[in-house]
Amino acid sequence: MQNYSRLRSGFRKAQQLALNNHHFKNQGLRALLLFAWLALLASTSSAALAPPEDIKAFDTPNDAGGSNTITWKASPDDSLLLGYSVKRNAKPEGPFEEAGVVLKGQEEFQDAGLTDGQKYYYRVDARVLGDSASSAVAGPAVPSAQWFNLGRVNILAFIMLFAGVVLWYIARAKKGAKLFIRRIAGLDAVEEAVGRSTEMGRPLMFIPGLLSIDDVTTLAALTILGRVARKAAEYDTPVLVPCTDPLVMTTAQEIVKQSYSEAGRPDAYREGNISYLTYDQFGYAAGCDGMMLREKPGAVFLQGYFYAESLILAETGHSIGAIQIAGTTAVDQLPFFVTACDYTLIGEEMYAASSYLTREPIMLGTLKGEDLIKLLIVLALTVGVVLETFGKHWIQALFQ
Amino acid sequence: MNWTLLGIWIGALLTLCIYSFLYKDNPFYKFAEHVYVGISAGYLLAQDYWVQLRPNLFLPLWNDYAQGQVHFGFIPAHWYLFIPGILGLLVFTIFIPKVSWMFRYTLAFTVGVFSGLAITAELSARVLPQIGGTLRPLLELQNGHVSPWETFCNLFLVVGVLATLIYFFFSKEHKGFIGAGAKLGVWYLMVAFGAAFGYTVMARISLLIGRMQFLLGDWLHLMR
Repeated sequence: MQNYSRLRSGFRKAQQLALNNHHFKNQGLRALLLFAWLALLASTSSAALAPPEDIKAFDTPNDAGGSNTITWKASPDDSLLLGYSVKRNAKPEGPFEEAGVVLKGQEEFQDAGLTDGQKYYYRVDARVLGDSASSAVAGPAVPSAQWFNLGRVNILAFIMLFAGVVLWYIARAKKGAKLFIRRIAGLDAVEEAVGRSTEMGRPLMFIPGLLSIDDVTTLAALTILGRVARKAAEYDTPVLVPCTDPLVMTTAQEIVKQSYSEAGRPDAYREGNISYLTYDQFGYAAGCDGMMLREKPGAVFLQGYFYAESLILAETGHSIGAIQIAGTTAVDQLPFFVTACDYTLIGEEMYAASSYLTREPIMLGTLKGEDLIKLLIVLALTVGVVLETFGKHWIQALFQ
Repeated sequence: MNWTLLGIWIGALLTLCIYSFLYKDNPFYKFAEHVYVGISAGYLLAQDYWVQLRPNLFLPLWNDYAQGQVHFGFIPAHWYLFIPGILGLLVFTIFIPKVSWMFRYTLAFTVGVFSGLAITAELSARVLPQIGGTLRPLLELQNGHVSPWETFCNLFLVVGVLATLIYFFFSKEHKGFIGAGAKLGVWYLMVAFGAAFGYTVMARISLLIGRMQFLLGDWLHLMR
C-alpha cells in the first residue's frame, strides 16, 4: 500500500514536470513522458489495494423491518476508489451477491427489502478499475420491526403534554370555571350577516370547503354552520349549502336539521337546500358561482379548506353585493379572502370560532389548552434563542 | 370522424361559454356549468369504482374465492376487507330514517383514524421542525466576526414568529404589550399574504396563458 502511494506521488511529480516544464517545447517529447507515466501507472495498479475496515452489520433501528444497516471505516485508499460494493449472503462462507453500491467517501449502506428473522452476512469491497479489495465478513444481521420509533420520543412527549393540558382545561370548563376568549371581529359579523339577509329577503349561502369530513378544517366549518343555521332558523332565513363531498353533505344535513330543531323551527328545515354538486374542484366552483348568481344570497360564508377556486368564489360573492365572511387554514388562499371578503378568520381563528360561538366546555377547554401550549412555545423560543446565541443547543435538540 | 378535432371544438366552445360569465349570467354559462358539474360527477364516480373500489375491495375478495384461498371453507384470505366494505355500506343507511344512526359509526371511524394519523404527521413535518428552525442565535458569527446581515435576518425571523404567535393568543385581550405584539404580528401576516398573493397571481396568469394558447393555437391555428 505504501509502495503504491509513493509510486503514485512520484508519477504525479513526473506528470507535473512533463506538462509544465517550459524547456520541453517539443510536444512529442511531452507526450512520450505522459505515456510513460500512464504505462507505469497501469503496471503498478496491481499493487495491493487496502480494503475497508471495522465493518459492522446490524438491524436498522426504529424501522418497520426488512432492513439491515452496514457501516465501515473507509479504506486508506479511499481517494483512489470508484466506490464500495456491499455484498450479502445468508451464509458467512458465501457466495456473496451484490446488495448495493455506494460512492467513495461513504461509510454506510442500508440494505432494504429483506426478510425479517433471516440471518444475513455482509462483506464490503473497495473497488477501482479492474481491481477490488474485500473486507472481513460481518454478521449475522437479522432484520426485524420495532414497536416504537425511539427517534420520535419528542413527538410523543409533546402529544402527551398537549393532551394533558387540554384535558385539564376541559375538566375545568365542565366544572363551570369561567374561561375567557377575546372578541374575534369576524364572528361578531355573523349575526349582522344573517340579519342583513333577512331584511333583504334573501337566503344565506354556506360553502364548507373542498375537503372531506376527515379534515379538521371541515369539522370546524361544520361547527360554524351549526351556529349560522340556528341564527338563520330564528330569523326564518333559508340556508343553502352546496357540498363537494357526499359525507360532508349528509353531516351538514344532520347539523342544519338539528339547528332548526333547537331553534324551534323543525318545519322550516328543507333538506334540498343542502345539496351535493360534484367532487371536481372547478366544477364545484362553477356550480357555486351559478347558484350565487341565481339565488343572490345576502350573505356568503366561505368556511373550510379551499384551493385555487377561492378567489373565483369570493369575487362572485362580491359581485352580487353579498356580505362575505371567510375562514380557512389554507395559507395560500388567505390573501384572496382578505382582499375580496368583508371579514376573514385567519387560520386558528376558525377553530376559535367554534369555541366562541358555542361556548361548549369541550371546545373552550381545547382552545385554552392550545393557548397554554402556545405560551410554552413562546417561552421555549425565547430561552432557546438566548441559549443558541451562547452556543448551547439544548432546546434545539428537543425539536430534532 | 376526426375525434380530436371534435374534442378541440367542444373544449373551445365550452371555454368561451364559461368565459361569458365575465359579462353576466347567461344561458350559455348555465349550459356549460351544468355540463361540467354533471360530467365531472359521473366521471369521478366511474373513476372511483375502477381505481378504488374494484382493485382494492372487489378483486381481492373475488380472487380469493376464485382461487380457493379461503379459511374454513368460506372466510377469504383478505377477510379484513369486509370491515371497510361494511362501513361504506353503512353510509347508505342515511336514506332510511329508522337506521340512519348507523352512519355515525362510519363517520366516527373515518374522523378518528384520519385525525390520529394527521396528528403525528403534522407534528413531525410542520410543528417541531418549524420551532427548531426558528431557534437561531441572536448574533450570527462569520469567520469570527459578527455578520450584520445574518444577525438582522435571525432577529427578523424570531421577532416575527413570536409576534405572530401573540396574535393568535385568544386568552387575553389585545391591549398593552400583547396588543403591540399582535399588531406587529398582523404586519408580518399581511406582508406574507402579499407575497403569497403575488406569486399565486403569477401562477393564475400562466393558467390563462395556457387557455389562450389552446384557443388561439389548437383551435383557431392563429399561433404556433
